[in-house]
Amino acid sequence: MEKAIETMSSSGTTGKAEQKKEFQARTGNEAMAEAMRQINPDVCAAYPITPATEIVQIFANFVNDGLVKTEFITVESEHSAMSACIGSASSGARTMTATSSQGLALMYEMLYIAAGYRLPIVLAEVNRALSSPINIHCDHSDTMGGRDSGWIQLFSENAQEAYDNLIQAVRIAEHPDVLLPAWASTDGFIISHGMENIEIYPDEAVRQFIGEYKPAFTLLDNRKPFTLGAADLQDFYFEHRRAAYEGMRAAKKVILEIGREFGNKFGTTYGFFEGVHLEDAEVVMVALGSTAGTARVAIENLRERGIKAGLLKLRVFRPFPAEELVKALAHVPAIAVMDRSDSFNAQAGPLATEIKSALYDAGQHPKLINYIYGLGGRDIHFKELEQILEQTLQAGEPKDLNSRVVYWGVRE
Amino acid sequence: MKNMLEIRWHGRGGQGAKTAALLLGEAAIRTGKFVQAFPEYGPERMGAPVQSFDRISDEPITLHCSVTNPEVVVVLDASLMECVDVTAGLSEDGVLLINTSQSPDEIRQHINWQGQKLYTVNASAIAMETVKKNVPNTPMMGALLKATNLMNFESMLEDTKHKMEKKFKNRPEIVEGNMAAIRRAYEEVKI
Repeated sequence: MEKAIETMSSSGTTGKAEQKKEFQARTGNEAMAEAMRQINPDVCAAYPITPATEIVQIFANFVNDGLVKTEFITVESEHSAMSACIGSASSGARTMTATSSQGLALMYEMLYIAAGYRLPIVLAEVNRALSSPINIHCDHSDTMGGRDSGWIQLFSENAQEAYDNLIQAVRIAEHPDVLLPAWASTDGFIISHGMENIEIYPDEAVRQFIGEYKPAFTLLDNRKPFTLGAADLQDFYFEHRRAAYEGMRAAKKVILEIGREFGNKFGTTYGFFEGVHLEDAEVVMVALGSTAGTARVAIENLRERGIKAGLLKLRVFRPFPAEELVKALAHVPAIAVMDRSDSFNAQAGPLATEIKSALYDAGQHPKLINYIYGLGGRDIHFKELEQILEQTLQAGEPKDLNSRVVYWGVRE
Repeated sequence: MKNMLEIRWHGRGGQGAKTAALLLGEAAIRTGKFVQAFPEYGPERMGAPVQSFDRISDEPITLHCSVTNPEVVVVLDASLMECVDVTAGLSEDGVLLINTSQSPDEIRQHINWQGQKLYTVNASAIAMETVKKNVPNTPMMGALLKATNLMNFESMLEDTKHKMEKKFKNRPEIVEGNMAAIRRAYEEVKI
């Protein structure tokens, strides 16, 4: 059982890696647009915003060139984009959009409505800082702002994962036990505009994998009328919110099933997170997105110097895999949690807050230091990650807020 | 990361530093390499100093931080050297390749970098003659391949031609001009 959980909750490459892969050159945005082409949604409603603009721009070309049968709706704002998506998904259409930063923030009201209606809308999200001051570069403030909205949230380390995650997001969201909207995110510019090697799977294989969409309900079916969006007061609101929570709980099982199925078909199995050198690690870095890739290099460099460092790259932030995560970290005495956003709770960043909460429930009390880093796209070098790991290992038990939360690389 | 080559391109907005990094990266992927190619996004506008980067390796590349110690620096516009420290982080055994009408010895007189592998080529003149426009980025790709042996020259040329043919479907003269420019810079770079 122990072993099964370990396998289930970690990602990694399986058998197919042995074969020679055919690589294409794609940026993160091109990779996500390619996934959308293969998914071929019924409807896409979107509004441009840096650095996600290209996703929809490229997809609009696919629509224009007749490569997809998607109804493409141009709208006057992201609020309208998500509103149109909600209308479309309510009628039973497979629906997608893409956005970033202020765009996601402008969707905020509608994000909750999409989740409350239990609509499996899929969104390609590019992580970018929020104003003010205005900044177009990567951090996770935008995504973290939506963490309580009822959306499933997948983080991607690179363009390949952005592509793989977006494909899986469709299956996860549409699963009858889940029925919640989902987004797959990439790091703005770092991944969205960086070109890398990526394996694009055959169209037919992707189409088979996502399958035909059979909506659980549609407003257009007059034989099965129902009400959507009615006032739901003291009598039933609570039950409906609780039901959405059940969908999120169920998503944990579904995400692992689909991650395994994806691995069997395409070669890389996805779980909640991926561990690197966790087994004997004396200090572990927990990171999201592209920083996890940079951390791989830092970990190897430290290992060469005899320091037992490890990495836990979290892929699934919603639902939060608390039980699996604390199990994977049970033997680790020192943890550096990397937050690329601040929650302004004057306590810790959003990721560290979640991890601490999970550790408390498990009765674990490792030395944990939270690093807030890279806001507004400030670079994080692998040598800095090495310093962070060494510093975390050597630090005493943090006694106050200043030693618990370190604002890394900021001029003070 | 062992055996990884990092290249930094310096140009001015509009000279094609980003395109050169992407074209080179794509050509390297075709030859079986692992690659990252990305521009630095700042307040770029026509004429302002810009940078772009390539990482090229035989193994998958997981680094996602900026390039701070490139092995190769390509300068698309020598006038940048008055306002940008183009040799920042470049080790003395690295390669510095400059688009200029001056010789390496002339350039040496006004830079602090002591490395031996300083090469020059008049890519702007070549581009004016072949593409009829000052687009030094593609000829500098040719010069770069001569200076580094990064990959097979003909493979790069073929891949770049293929991609330009897609982009300039109805303007074969642009494709041919660029191919000639790449070849000439490959032959003319002073090594």
